[in-house]
Amino acid sequence: MSLYDYLYYILLPVLSVAMVLLFVRFLLGPSIADRVIALDLLITTGIGIISIYSIITNQPTFLDIAMILALIAFLGTVAFSYYLEKRNKNE
Amino acid sequence: MSDFFIAVFATLGAVFVLLASIGLVRMPDTYLRISVTTKAATLGIGLILISAAFYFKEASVTTRVMAIILFIILTAPVGAHLIGRASYFIGVKMWHKSVIDELEGKYKKVTHELMSDDENDTHKEPQNENSSKD
Repeated sequence: MSLYDYLYYILLPVLSVAMVLLFVRFLLGPSIADRVIALDLLITTGIGIISIYSIITNQPTFLDIAMILALIAFLGTVAFSYYLEKRNKNE
Repeated sequence: MSDFFIAVFATLGAVFVLLASIGLVRMPDTYLRISVTTKAATLGIGLILISAAFYFKEASVTTRVMAIILFIILTAPVGAHLIGRASYFIGVKMWHKSVIDELEGKYKKVTHELMSDDENDTHKEPQNENSSKD
């Protein structure tokens, strides 16, 4: 079993199961803060999937996308928390 | 040999990410879920990215991976603190078995500032004047 088969048939399904579990929490989440956390962790797991996929396809260019996704995840969390707090303050 | 290290790092990283997602589903409370996302997921993603750096063995890819890891390590606690503070203000309930809420009654409800005990009793007036001058 080569490294590519191991990454493709074992590790990518493990990360996919993790993503399905996170999506369950994203749909269920009792409060909106839970949904924001689940979205943040979904994007972070996406970074992991992208880096494993860049190993499989031998394309290091995909890591640029991972960097941009990390930026977007942080900006999304900051914006959500800022406006959640502000909405509460105005009412 | 290099393949072995790649497989080990990627496996550890994937296991940590899977544990983080299981924790996010199973934890009883928003604040406990926040602690899961900051620690386990950051470690898992860092290990997966290190395995990518081992695979490519180029200076440009290693620099990129280091930049991503540094960025995630810097921003994950900041984002977790912000969303935890916001969820405390919008009134997310703690778990019913939680023992203590140390922030109870210490936040000003209107301005969302944290007040210390000194400020409560005596020095309130001069500090307000100073802050208005600034």
